[in-house]
Amino acid sequence: MGVAKYIKDERGAIKEVIYQSGIKVKPVYGPEDLERAGFTYEKDLGAPGEFPFTRSIHPQSYRSRAWTTRQYTGFGTPEETNERFKLMIANGQNGLNVAFDLPTQMGYDSDHPLAQGEVGRVGMAIDSLKDFETAFAGIPLDRIGSGLTINAVATIMMAMYQAAAEKFGYSKDQISTTPQNDILKEMIGRGAWIFPVEHGVRLVGDSIEYAVKELPKSNPVSICGYHIRESGANPAQEIAYAFEIAKAYIDNVTKRGILPEEFVGRFSFNFNVYGNLWEQIAKFRAARKLWAKMLKNEYGVTDKKKLFLRGLFGGGGSGLTKEQPENNIMRGAYYALGAALSGAQTTALCSFDEAYTIPTPRSALLSLRTLEILMDEVGLRDTVDPLAGSYFIETLTLEMEKKILEEMKEVQQMGGMVNCISSGLIQRKISRQAYEFEKGLQAGEYRKVGLNTEATDKEAEKTDVELHEYNEEWAKKSKANLIELRATRNDKDVADSLKALEKAAKGSDNVMPHLVKCCHAYATVGEMAGVFRQAFGEWNEPEFY
Amino acid sequence: METKNKIRVLIAKPGLDGHDKGAKIVALALRDAGMEVIYSGLHQTLDQIIQTATQEAVDVIGLSIMSGAHLPICEKLMTMMKEKGLEDICLTVGGVIPHQDIPRLKQIGVSAVFPGGTSFEDIVFGMNKLFE
Amino acid sequence: MIRLIDDNNPKAFSLLKQLYPHSGNAFIIGITGSPGVGKSTLIDALIFEFRKLDLKIAVIAVDPTSPFSGGAILGDRLRMQRHASDEKVFIRSMASRGQKGGLSRATKDAAIVLSAMGYEIIIIETVGAGQAEFDIASVAHSIGIVTIPGTGDGIQAVKAGILEIGDIFIVNKNDRPDAQAAVLELKMMLSMRNSNTLGQILNQAPRDKFEICPQKGCSTWAPRVLKTIAQNGTGVKELADTFLSHFDFMKKNNILDLKKKELERIYFNSLLKDLAMGKIELFMQESMDFKDALNQIEAGLVDPITAAEHVVNHLMVTRNLKVQDN
Repeated sequence: MGVAKYIKDERGAIKEVIYQSGIKVKPVYGPEDLERAGFTYEKDLGAPGEFPFTRSIHPQSYRSRAWTTRQYTGFGTPEETNERFKLMIANGQNGLNVAFDLPTQMGYDSDHPLAQGEVGRVGMAIDSLKDFETAFAGIPLDRIGSGLTINAVATIMMAMYQAAAEKFGYSKDQISTTPQNDILKEMIGRGAWIFPVEHGVRLVGDSIEYAVKELPKSNPVSICGYHIRESGANPAQEIAYAFEIAKAYIDNVTKRGILPEEFVGRFSFNFNVYGNLWEQIAKFRAARKLWAKMLKNEYGVTDKKKLFLRGLFGGGGSGLTKEQPENNIMRGAYYALGAALSGAQTTALCSFDEAYTIPTPRSALLSLRTLEILMDEVGLRDTVDPLAGSYFIETLTLEMEKKILEEMKEVQQMGGMVNCISSGLIQRKISRQAYEFEKGLQAGEYRKVGLNTEATDKEAEKTDVELHEYNEEWAKKSKANLIELRATRNDKDVADSLKALEKAAKGSDNVMPHLVKCCHAYATVGEMAGVFRQAFGEWNEPEFY
Repeated sequence: METKNKIRVLIAKPGLDGHDKGAKIVALALRDAGMEVIYSGLHQTLDQIIQTATQEAVDVIGLSIMSGAHLPICEKLMTMMKEKGLEDICLTVGGVIPHQDIPRLKQIGVSAVFPGGTSFEDIVFGMNKLFE
Repeated sequence: MIRLIDDNNPKAFSLLKQLYPHSGNAFIIGITGSPGVGKSTLIDALIFEFRKLDLKIAVIAVDPTSPFSGGAILGDRLRMQRHASDEKVFIRSMASRGQKGGLSRATKDAAIVLSAMGYEIIIIETVGAGQAEFDIASVAHSIGIVTIPGTGDGIQAVKAGILEIGDIFIVNKNDRPDAQAAVLELKMMLSMRNSNTLGQILNQAPRDKFEICPQKGCSTWAPRVLKTIAQNGTGVKELADTFLSHFDFMKKNNILDLKKKELERIYFNSLLKDLAMGKIELFMQESMDFKDALNQIEAGLVDPITAAEHVVNHLMVTRNLKVQDN
């Protein structure tokens, strides 16, 4: 998925090219296009590392440092996860990216009926601080930062991370954690939401406020255009919706009397790279510029470093096909090329066999080598923003900027992102687009090699899916741990801390300090999330059609 | 002119997995093929699915499962359907389903399986065929 | 059973006949309003409140049928799905299947079935496609009209005449800044509404039938305007109470019986039309006249107006002859 529409004449020559964002591409671009668009170097580009950062947020970009890559880890049990963490650190990795299983993501303990069959399946199962103590044992938490891929109960995991660090003797100003913590995108795309929209946003606000005041090295939120794109949004919408989500969080925090200047520098983003190469490059260049301009003009942010659009630009899973999986190696390489030409600071690739099987160590390594080849062999570190000044790229970047602003304006006209998501307007728009795109793909309007091109012999190319084995032992072990925990912890501490949490949740106190206390008392994730479920209720999903 | 029996379908997402793009676009495709589609929403228990199918008097339940738990889920749901006297409802399943599991699913009593990548045309054809 | 009705299955009729005497005890609430005002969310919250009183609730939610494919996505229940495992809540989605007044042809019949099944409150949610949905007035005992601030819905309502059929007006999403203005606007418009509300609620009834009512001492229900935030349940308890007090009011003042009789008359009329039209259509389509007419129109020998007139006139004549033959 993610290819442009090509309209051809009867002889097969391309008459028209239309990108997914709706931009029409001309056969030839020249100086007159830049002139017509009112392009000037100072206003639209600036030097790398200078406002509006279209070219790069760093003056030297890859010259000073190649991009970093991130691997997503998390295994059934905290013990296994801990082993893997240690191995990764021994191999020179300086950051961890933790995956959690679905019951943990949804705030259920391992012995909850809905957790059946899911404990440890897609990540680590966490029930209480005991599990964090095991998972992070022996990890130097003052040097190693951790990304926590969790959203609805991100506050709980942040608190747990702090509590674990404190148990190990670190202070809260030494630790660095980046929970994903982007609940609004879950409501658009990934589906791991629990509480109604306004309560979800309030929890994000609580964690940002807490990080500003108590966790100086932590980045409380990572906004994911990535999943919005995977759900069917076009590249312009991906950026526009991510920015509107960021604004919803900013507004929640500024209402508490905190200035944007104090916290926006700690926002990071997670964006998707797949589809048309030029559209991706223009998208990222426009995004850097728009983010900086928005923070400066609308939120009065003055510190240059706080205007940076930081984040991970990663190769999208939706671009890969189950058919002819080897093609995905090539696709991955071109997505990475796109990320490099866009000035990505951090990147990651889906492995080529991910669309149909458990990524093998060999395929994971191939992804890594692909990235290395681009940086070390092909020459992408030679100079900063090599495409700058191209008639086409600069015109396209300006057009992309316009498209993103149009999409943002539409959200504002519909009452802002919180309203758009509560009412289902955004979900409706995206699912309709996903449907239309899928129809187009099936009808061959968009060409996808190996999927709908003439040369494909579907039967011969059929590749089978292989799924992760589910290990019943994980659930058994977690349940046994829970029984032991409940028998040994101090019930009064648990009850008292949960009571205080309930009061904060129902009122307007920040829940974070209370969560840290609950964690220290060994309250379980299910108990803490249960307090929230009681206080907030659960979200009723709006209709999508 | 409205007397022709319409196929009523419940598209359901059992369990905690939240990837619902597939379920949603299939629902839209079935609507465009003239069917009446009820969508359960995310995070449904099997009890909720049974209750919804009963109240809505559907002809087909279409489960969307990405987690790999299709075998135990279908087996359990099929047993519950028999207990509640809902044998007339056809159970179908789509999502991440390995081909080697299809015979086993059929054996459990699943009427049709639509693994990821099945075209809308084939899904609609397959659904209609259940009622010929 | 509802399925048979929905599909217009002939078996449904005999079953309905058996059930009809057992129906009639339920309090039927109609909820209507433009798209996006939060009808389903409001009903979800209402179910929650009524369940606190341990009432058995049924919901019939009508969604539009696509005019292109004849299919539909019935999505209203999505907002109410948290009640899916509650045995005392029954939610049934229906597609409008070409009907224009906001309900499906089978909605009334479905309400009869649910009433006979012992559901104490039946809430009917209309399509909410933005047009005036008057059909609800021929099924429900009490009608709630939902609006939201800032949409100018009030004015739309007056234009559409929908204001006349409401008993309770709900300004939902009351947390929006212009909510108070919307409430005032509605109240002002309601004050201009003709005071004989009963006659208008049963808008298809001849006015004179109800003039006896005030003489028997029945007072008029003054329409209420309530404010809610359906999403978090604010004001919904009061709304539930107001529906119940409207029910009591109607019972105490003998309005409910009158209304039920009137609804029965409307139901009878529509059944007559349905049955008669069905038979006549069938008869006509099989008649030679009809086929001739079609051929002639196609051949350009006659215009459709003349042809239609001819077929119907001829049908009347043959019917008359048959009657005389008997």
